[in-house]
Amino acid sequence: MRQFDYSRVDSPEQAVAAHRQAQTAAFLAGGTTLLDLVKIDIMQPEHVVDVNGLTLNRIEPLDDGRLRIGAMVTNTALARDPRVREHYAVLSQALLSGASTQLRNKATTAGNVMQRVRCPYFRDGVSACNKREPGAGCAAIGGLNRSVHAVLGTSDQCIASHPSDMCVAMAAIGATLTVQGEKGQREIDFTDFHLLPGKHPEREHALEPDELITHVTLDAPLAGNRSHYLKLRDRSSYQFALASSAVIVTLDGNTIRDARLALGGVATKPWRASKAEQALIGKPVTVASFENAARIAFEDAKAYRHNAYKIPLGQQAIVRSLTTVTT
Amino acid sequence: MSKSIIGAARPRIDGPEKLSGRATYTSDNHPPGMVYAYGVFSTIGRGRIRAINATEAKRMPGVIDVFHHGHFPKLYRTPSSFVQENKVDETHLPFEDDRVYYPGQFVALVVADSFDQARAAAYRVKVDYAEEKAIATLEQAMAQATPKEDAKSGHSRGDPDGAFASARHKVDVTYVTPMETHNPMEMHASVAHWENGDLVLYEASQGVVFARNVMAKVFGLAPERVEVRSPFIGSGFGSKLWIWPHAVAAAAAAREVGRPVQLVVPRQEMFTTTGHRPPTHQRLRLATDDSGKLVALSHDSVNTTSQVNTYVERTGTCTKSLYACPNLRVSHATVPANHGTPTSMRAPGAAPGLFALEAAMDEMAEAIDMDPLEFRRVNYTDRDESKDLPFSSIHLLEAFDRAADSFGWADRNPKIGAMKEGNEIIGWGMAACNWEALKQACDARVSLRADGTAFASCATQDIGTGTYTIVAQAVSDITGIALDKIEVQLGDSSYPSGPISGGSWATATTLPAIAQASRAAIEALKSYATGDGGAFAGAEPADLQFADGELIDGNGKRVAYTEVLSQLRLANADGEAHTPAAPKDEHSFRSFGAHFVEVRWDPGISRLRVSRVVSAIDVGQVINAKTAANQVEGSIVMGIGMALFEKTEYDEDSGLPVNNNYAEYLVPVHADQPEIEVILLDYPDYAFNEYGARGIGEIGITGLAGAVANAVYHATGKRIRELPITLDKLMEDIPRSA
Repeated sequence: MRQFDYSRVDSPEQAVAAHRQAQTAAFLAGGTTLLDLVKIDIMQPEHVVDVNGLTLNRIEPLDDGRLRIGAMVTNTALARDPRVREHYAVLSQALLSGASTQLRNKATTAGNVMQRVRCPYFRDGVSACNKREPGAGCAAIGGLNRSVHAVLGTSDQCIASHPSDMCVAMAAIGATLTVQGEKGQREIDFTDFHLLPGKHPEREHALEPDELITHVTLDAPLAGNRSHYLKLRDRSSYQFALASSAVIVTLDGNTIRDARLALGGVATKPWRASKAEQALIGKPVTVASFENAARIAFEDAKAYRHNAYKIPLGQQAIVRSLTTVTT
Repeated sequence: MSKSIIGAARPRIDGPEKLSGRATYTSDNHPPGMVYAYGVFSTIGRGRIRAINATEAKRMPGVIDVFHHGHFPKLYRTPSSFVQENKVDETHLPFEDDRVYYPGQFVALVVADSFDQARAAAYRVKVDYAEEKAIATLEQAMAQATPKEDAKSGHSRGDPDGAFASARHKVDVTYVTPMETHNPMEMHASVAHWENGDLVLYEASQGVVFARNVMAKVFGLAPERVEVRSPFIGSGFGSKLWIWPHAVAAAAAAREVGRPVQLVVPRQEMFTTTGHRPPTHQRLRLATDDSGKLVALSHDSVNTTSQVNTYVERTGTCTKSLYACPNLRVSHATVPANHGTPTSMRAPGAAPGLFALEAAMDEMAEAIDMDPLEFRRVNYTDRDESKDLPFSSIHLLEAFDRAADSFGWADRNPKIGAMKEGNEIIGWGMAACNWEALKQACDARVSLRADGTAFASCATQDIGTGTYTIVAQAVSDITGIALDKIEVQLGDSSYPSGPISGGSWATATTLPAIAQASRAAIEALKSYATGDGGAFAGAEPADLQFADGELIDGNGKRVAYTEVLSQLRLANADGEAHTPAAPKDEHSFRSFGAHFVEVRWDPGISRLRVSRVVSAIDVGQVINAKTAANQVEGSIVMGIGMALFEKTEYDEDSGLPVNNNYAEYLVPVHADQPEIEVILLDYPDYAFNEYGARGIGEIGITGLAGAVANAVYHATGKRIRELPITLDKLMEDIPRSA
């Protein structure tokens, strides 16, 4: 591992100030992405700012019905929180479907938002990768792209899928990120946080230089909602999603009153399928309604050499998860 | 033989050491002054090194030296001979020249005070390559070269092509298996320590004697000047049978820098420079008469090998004798690719070969509208037709019956996709399993000690399979001394010469030697007891019996051996033994069995899982019911990985490995482990050795992938002839790629 400067901080303001001191700095929370990538020499921070001392480990209900989650709340704690389990079951299920117990015990909420892609061509340090080296090309587009590559939101520069399960559930729920910068705090809507690769896959998120995520605030839950996270993969555990579906619905008898739908494993960012949601609202609870929504969700999908199966697989995830929450 | 010891379900005697972390694995060794080495690995698949620039790396903190082909001592290649016990699969030495033969090949080695310093500096070594287009896959390799047939491993009898051409019922199918990687938990590792020109090497090894002999050849030393220690290894599955380049690199570096050197192979390079199971292309032609009897069977196979050595994956190794067939051919050929050299991986040859044969057997059964189990019964033979010898002991029909009964095969609805539960379609499939039994020559030493304990040693290894425990059981069986009073030491080349832990032959090879050495120790005890001042002075040794730790004469006088020894102020009575290899001219020694597998396919979410396995295994006498069942269960789980998940992938364009890590190279996790029932038939095979044991480490993986493929076909109607059977291969209506 390269040598780097290391500092511990006690407040978000200090964290931002410490981060500003180096050209390439990184915040260290659970370390499950950062240390992994530093060890294989893909990330090379000169300065690591350890934010584990920040008291951002609380989950607090707000007066307006929203739930505010501190950046340092671990995946395990968040998944286990009774308020999350009762009102945001989809989030608890998504968290528990990710990684392993050991990793979830270390991984934090903000860290998971900042999780980086699993594309092997990004991680090998050698192959052409626009994310690692802008302008170098993308070896994944013509390469082995079966498992961790997307069919939605791709560009001719990058097709890596976003690996997080947690973020898919948050995309469905709706959330706001609070970030601390040099000039104070600001808020970013969750759907605007992760950026599509477009022409600049090296830009992954809406943070300005040196900004630190301090909280993720979930939208108030839909009253009487039922939700479900379904993750499809080759083996039963410890694998990134080939396709996943986070659904939240409320019903009026046999009619869908409201619906939220987000997809994972198939898209370059946590993917809110808004058009498919609209197609569900007001429709009867039938397989035909679900299949129609699934079709719409993948209308703009683009299949690559080895991942065309993700289109029907993602559609199956949608249909089965909607079937599960409505029966 | 005491049935309360031999065959009993005993816990591992080394369990507490392992669970408490006291067991020392290779990288737990830190001789005084030890430093760390880290490799620089080629990032091209093929080409030449134009230049290596280590200037920046050498300036980094803690760095002691940077070795590469321009700065490395001259060593010698070892011959590769099984008979001489110096076999390796990759004879090419590290840093021998400027050629790059495969990605992940050692091109430089940094030695530094700490692991992290060595790794950081390794990342700063700049290598300028003249790259050539690499051969990355079996498909590319077969397109570029005519496969070279291996003359030694083929077999032919009758007229397979003629009989096939004229047969009424036939199938002609091609099966493909991918490259697979052993992936033991423990990394390959070496700690090399020179003392006065002698080498002590701690090495994660499945064969310390072979490792010693190879290192002696490479460094031009007498074998006595090298000692290899491997008391515990975190398994190997074949990848740790032979010495690989890292061990040579570590030992050379240690000698050059004058300090002990530790080198742990990173997980990524465990995929490239320590062997793998090569991909195979297998064409099978089967034909039967109207009664279902096989009249022709040919199994022609090609696998990739490296640019530097030839490794043959003998997929037809079981095909030649598992079923009766008068007209039969197996052939094996290789084509070179830019990969590291392949090597044996659990049930080499048989695992991919029986996947193909047992799936093709189902295709044949279907073609003649016969139940797959009945088809195998019809073609049963108790003779090895490839050797024209009877099998020493075969209970395959009973294995079929008992496993089928327990599984409930009689309730199988043969119609495709007819068995359902909820959203899931249930598929049932079966396959035979088969493995050769081998017994090598072996030496052993056993001591009866005055303190009431016994000591046994042999230069074989316990690779996690239970060898420590069964050696203690054999000593206990002969001497009556309790297991917790028996100390066993294995995994050191300075002990009496013992077998590699491979080929499932460690049990059959080691135990007879241990038993004979135990008897020799008792004879030594008798001779002390009957000598001057002994407890039975003046008696004839032949008149004494030994039972439960006591010597007994014809009058019923009993004296404990501890007393016999203490009376004479002797510390031990020692016995040594040499037992020969099994004779080869009267019997064919093989193990048999059957797997019955249930899969569940949920077409609504394209989810495939193995839900139930029942296996009946005929391996002769079982020595320890617990460790034996554990070996079969582990093999079944590994077989599930082979069937559904495992595939080492190389990029066709760059030639570089793509999924060489533990997240993307999939093996079964706990949640993938189905309900498993193992039935051990336990018929001693005394023609083979005095314990009647044939070994059990590998047979369980053979045929398993075939049984899964057959069950998948039963559920889905899809014959997947290329492993792994992933969900995308079973899905309907996949759109075309852009």
